[in-house]
Amino acid sequence: MIATAPREVVLRVNGVEHRGFAEPRVTLVDFLRDELGLTGTHVGCEHGVCGACTILLDGRTVRSCLMLAVQAEGHELRTVEGLAPADEPLHPIQEAFSEKHGLQCGFCTPGFLMSVEELLRDDPDPSEETIRSRLSGNICRCTGYQNIVEAVRYAAELTREAAA
Amino acid sequence: MTTTAADTWVGQRLRRKEDARLVRGAGRFTPDVVVPGALHAAVLRSPFAHAEITSLDVAPALRVEGVVAAFTGADLAGRVGTFVEAAGKEITPQLQALVDVEVKSCPLSPIAHGRTLWVGQPVAVVVARDRYAAEDGLEAIEADYEPLEAIPDPELALRDGAPVLHEELGDNVAARLAMASGDVDAAFAHAPHVLRERFTFGRSAGNAMETRSVQASWDEGRDELTVWITSPRPHLIRTNLSEMLGLPLERIRVIAPDIGGSFGTGLFGEDALIPYLAMTLRHPVRWTEDRQEALLGTRHCRDQVHDLELAYDDDGRILALRDSFLVDAGAYNLYAVTVSYNTAAHLRGQYAIDTFSIEGRNVVTTKAPVAPVRGAGRPEGVFALDRALDLIAAECGLDPADVRRRNLIPAEEMPRPMGMPYRDGAEMVYDSGDYPAQLEQALEAFGYDELRARQAEWRAAGRYVGVGISSYVEGSGFGPYDGAIVRLDQRGNLHVVTGAKPHGQGLETTLAQVCADEFGLPPERITVTSGDTSLLQFGVGTFASRSAVTAGSAVGIASQRLRDKVLAVAGELLEASPADLVIGDEGVASRDVADHSVTFAEIHSAAAPGPKSRLPAGLEPGLAVEYYFVPPTVTFASGTHVASVEVDPETGFVRVLRYLTVDDCGRMLNPTIVEGQIQGGVAHGIGTALFEGVLYDEDCQLLTGSYMDYLLPTSAEVPPIEVGHQEYLSDLNPFGIKGCGEGGAVSPPAAIANAVVDALRPLRINVNRVPLGPETLLDLIAQARALEGGERREEVAS
Amino acid sequence: MGACARRIAVVPVGIQASSLRAPRADAAAWRMPSPHAPPSRLEPLVSRVKPPPFEYLAPRSLDEAVAALAEHGDEAKAMAGGQSLVPLLAFRLARPSVIVDLNGIGGLDGARLDGDTLELGALTRQRDVERLPGLRERCPMIVEAIEQVGHVAIRNRGTVGGSLAHADPAAEWTALALALDAELDLVGPGGARTVPAAEFLISYFTTALGPGELLTGLRLNVPNGRSGSCFLELARRHGDFAIAGVGALVTLDGEGSVGDARVALIGVGERAVRVAAAEELLRGRRPTAELFAEAAAAVQAELDPNSDVHATADYRRHVAGVLVRRALATAVGRAGGGDRDGAA
Repeated sequence: MIATAPREVVLRVNGVEHRGFAEPRVTLVDFLRDELGLTGTHVGCEHGVCGACTILLDGRTVRSCLMLAVQAEGHELRTVEGLAPADEPLHPIQEAFSEKHGLQCGFCTPGFLMSVEELLRDDPDPSEETIRSRLSGNICRCTGYQNIVEAVRYAAELTREAAA
Repeated sequence: MTTTAADTWVGQRLRRKEDARLVRGAGRFTPDVVVPGALHAAVLRSPFAHAEITSLDVAPALRVEGVVAAFTGADLAGRVGTFVEAAGKEITPQLQALVDVEVKSCPLSPIAHGRTLWVGQPVAVVVARDRYAAEDGLEAIEADYEPLEAIPDPELALRDGAPVLHEELGDNVAARLAMASGDVDAAFAHAPHVLRERFTFGRSAGNAMETRSVQASWDEGRDELTVWITSPRPHLIRTNLSEMLGLPLERIRVIAPDIGGSFGTGLFGEDALIPYLAMTLRHPVRWTEDRQEALLGTRHCRDQVHDLELAYDDDGRILALRDSFLVDAGAYNLYAVTVSYNTAAHLRGQYAIDTFSIEGRNVVTTKAPVAPVRGAGRPEGVFALDRALDLIAAECGLDPADVRRRNLIPAEEMPRPMGMPYRDGAEMVYDSGDYPAQLEQALEAFGYDELRARQAEWRAAGRYVGVGISSYVEGSGFGPYDGAIVRLDQRGNLHVVTGAKPHGQGLETTLAQVCADEFGLPPERITVTSGDTSLLQFGVGTFASRSAVTAGSAVGIASQRLRDKVLAVAGELLEASPADLVIGDEGVASRDVADHSVTFAEIHSAAAPGPKSRLPAGLEPGLAVEYYFVPPTVTFASGTHVASVEVDPETGFVRVLRYLTVDDCGRMLNPTIVEGQIQGGVAHGIGTALFEGVLYDEDCQLLTGSYMDYLLPTSAEVPPIEVGHQEYLSDLNPFGIKGCGEGGAVSPPAAIANAVVDALRPLRINVNRVPLGPETLLDLIAQARALEGGERREEVAS
Repeated sequence: MGACARRIAVVPVGIQASSLRAPRADAAAWRMPSPHAPPSRLEPLVSRVKPPPFEYLAPRSLDEAVAALAEHGDEAKAMAGGQSLVPLLAFRLARPSVIVDLNGIGGLDGARLDGDTLELGALTRQRDVERLPGLRERCPMIVEAIEQVGHVAIRNRGTVGGSLAHADPAAEWTALALALDAELDLVGPGGARTVPAAEFLISYFTTALGPGELLTGLRLNVPNGRSGSCFLELARRHGDFAIAGVGALVTLDGEGSVGDARVALIGVGERAVRVAAAEELLRGRRPTAELFAEAAAAVQAELDPNSDVHATADYRRHVAGVLVRRALATAVGRAGGGDRDGAA
């Protein structure tokens, strides 16, 4: 069926236009990773629960495993690669996660970072309860979350300092 | 030798080197590796737990667009070997001579052939241009099965008349062990009290956030196979591939890149299948497990039943122990007695119980094979014993802390032989530690007495808050060895290659810290690489809380020796004694004579072969040292956990309020990393205690096939975890290190179960199984209330 | 409220545990109904991943969308937020030949609180309703219910209309629609019509949407006067499917007795329920803990829940009663009356 065939898909990711080919059925996360080579976003469950695939679409978090690539055309996407382009210093959230040992294997980390970016925009000084509640949609098997919470607090502090 | 001065790198909370790439999303995980032109595989899996494959036609798959090839078990027969039970080889003759251990062998093919034995077992594989097309191909395969009798339970498997799953085993017992010490029967016969209880520890699964992935590429010109794989044991993979594919070891290169968690080891069909496909198709092939597949069968674990008996006196002192346990090994017992021996060996934990008899059997059933996963048999035994201790405490009217005080091994008895060999065949000796002090430290830090004081007040206000204790020991740093090469380059940077394979433990940082101290250059000058069998001849891998001990010691000793060599060469150049030289940023200098130095580049040249070589006599060219550390036996880490919970008696929901640990893992290479390991382990244990369960129905159909049903704890379920430390240096390696990767996961089920029972103390419920879900707890509460009502009526009547 | 009554969202992914699980011969109740049910011959769980091939249409107007759905009939499925549909596609449990993506249609989103009416376009993202200024103060039940819907990333994409059209019996919007007398606007080949929520929600994943019909918007009656509301849910973890959930709305009269009461539940049967018997029992009476217990018992008597891996029918029925008591106490407390200490 011709209508199911691959077509060109143009996505704006991290401010840059990318062109690729995909069948309509290809998920956004697969397209980002396999077609565009942006492998920072990870596949964890493919049913929207673990949060490893979380990116920002028009500034809001979405599960890229729950969108089709074609649906993302015309939107602004932001992935972990956009937080701090290659030769630039780390984004405060990245800095905070490293400083506070908020990652171990690093697989869930990109999803967390994007969720934290949205969280801090919504609430620049979140309480521990808010952090734990807001981040309960990102699963980590390594850290036990303790240091992730610390990292978010510290990221909030760094972000406030930068804004001041 | 490592100094204990505060200005060592070891012991510092150094920020991790691996973070730089991981926070940028620039980690390179196996699926991120792009081998140009790679085809994608998808695996057809058995929909039945036990069935004859009566027909299997993959030809229709080949007609699906994008599909390139399809294979069945018949295609592999005779071409790919079966799994070598590597763990089985680890039963040393020493051990066999000392303990009643029996392991029966039962080969497992990468793809089922003729018969399937668990839901999810590979039945066929399709290769296509992408995973989407490969899945389309799977759907076209025509397969028919004749379902046979499923065996969902070890006790059913042991009954007369149960189908024998593997002829080679004779019955359904795949492995057995038994050990005893002292006159157990007499002790029980004369004991004032005997506790008998059955404890059931449900099946759960490792659930690393990264699913398994394998890519293989076959170089036809050189007959070389390259495999990228999410395995913490690349050298073992290489050995297995060599044996299963009939390739010499030297022709196989296994690369384990960044790995998104592991939490256990495993032998999986795809490890051999994907490389075989690449060789057969002469085309690179890749496969990434999806989450459903992972839930079906990757690193299932636990699943034990213990019939525990404790003989004790009026003061709650344990006089003797008898334990008989069954492990539901799943369809193939692939790990010999790795897990069951751990259970037996660690069962007595920190307690002085020298009259004991323990026997365990691994029973095959028609479920996915279990594997050693974080804790690897210890949580099950600890759960049984720590719950039993609390039952004894209740019987004797003692606080659970007191009953433990009366049974803990006193510090003055350390090092303490424990009356049995460890799994490696060496005598099991708790080498160092102070368990009573550990308990006190934990209780004090937790505010145990304060909580007890307030409990009555809370109960009066309708709040059911309880506290529970559990402790463990862990034989860590298991052999046979691990190694490293430490090399100095011309610019004076150090390169460490290790056979350990970190997947979150921060070894790139901690091993750099060890190297830094032993060589004398800071960690930012040191790069640690792992996971490439072509870089190091021998390797064992990272699992069983062993790498800090084995790889850490290997790196430390290799670094010392490299330092000696560098100073010897520098001494040659400077005409000075190495003892008078110091290593600095630019090179090596004389301590006493000003401006008398050589650069690293000069030393490097001097160590090169050839006419310009300036090597001292007897030294080989190059500035690299390869060393393998062989631990004499395991070294015992330990921990005490205290948890408080609040129970909602109307819903059975349990909330963990606080969790605190005190752990002794010997010398902490990097306390932040140690704490992270423990916190992660505790979270895992909380999951095991309250949320996680691999559930099968009576036909062994998996009920928990998605993350809607298999519940991993999130940041909302895990409380803040406070980690305290003791540091009893190990004598079994030069650096005093003990392992800490697993301990966190061992005690939570026991601590939380004890806390729940404590929260509901007036009701006198008994929790003897995990996971403890709300409905189960509500049933226990209802039963207890009914009993209570009955008792009251009786009292009134009399 | 006991610290442990989890106010946790249904994952609006809408995949009931059951629909990802092996459909079994004795579990007809667990199957997804047509038109995209798994093959009629019941088969054990087979692991499948990546959506099967489909044609993708992205109409720019409602007329185009309706026409496309009419043209392709049973072969087509409309996609709104996709948070329920995409996982079903990913597991090959849903196999439409055509996906009609509604996201490009303008004018179907928008949330407006206008006096006593909350007007919502069907394509309004859950998160936008959650954050509508003034809504939490005006009717906390609505916001509390939405906060239970998975996690923020799901709510950023998931839509109100999608949730209602999917009609998972554990979807919070179904309880809200019943409790607040929602009127739903449908558009189809036969034109436009309006259907009350009680008629719209029929059974598991089954609504009054006819072939080719789309939900375009809805209006809910938001209480005014001396009223209070609350949404309480019990789920294993934050963000999981409701084991049971209750939306309670109480309006007090001049004397502080119950004037009007709404009690709606999710997760307790084949569709959300509003328990008239409980509501009647509450009206005109003093709001006390005993009254709430009576109402809870009345609710329990009406329920016929299912069992699954997470909870048996008995347990669901039991906790439904617990939640009704607690939700009523909180709602009454928020209305400014009753035993304050009865609040959960």
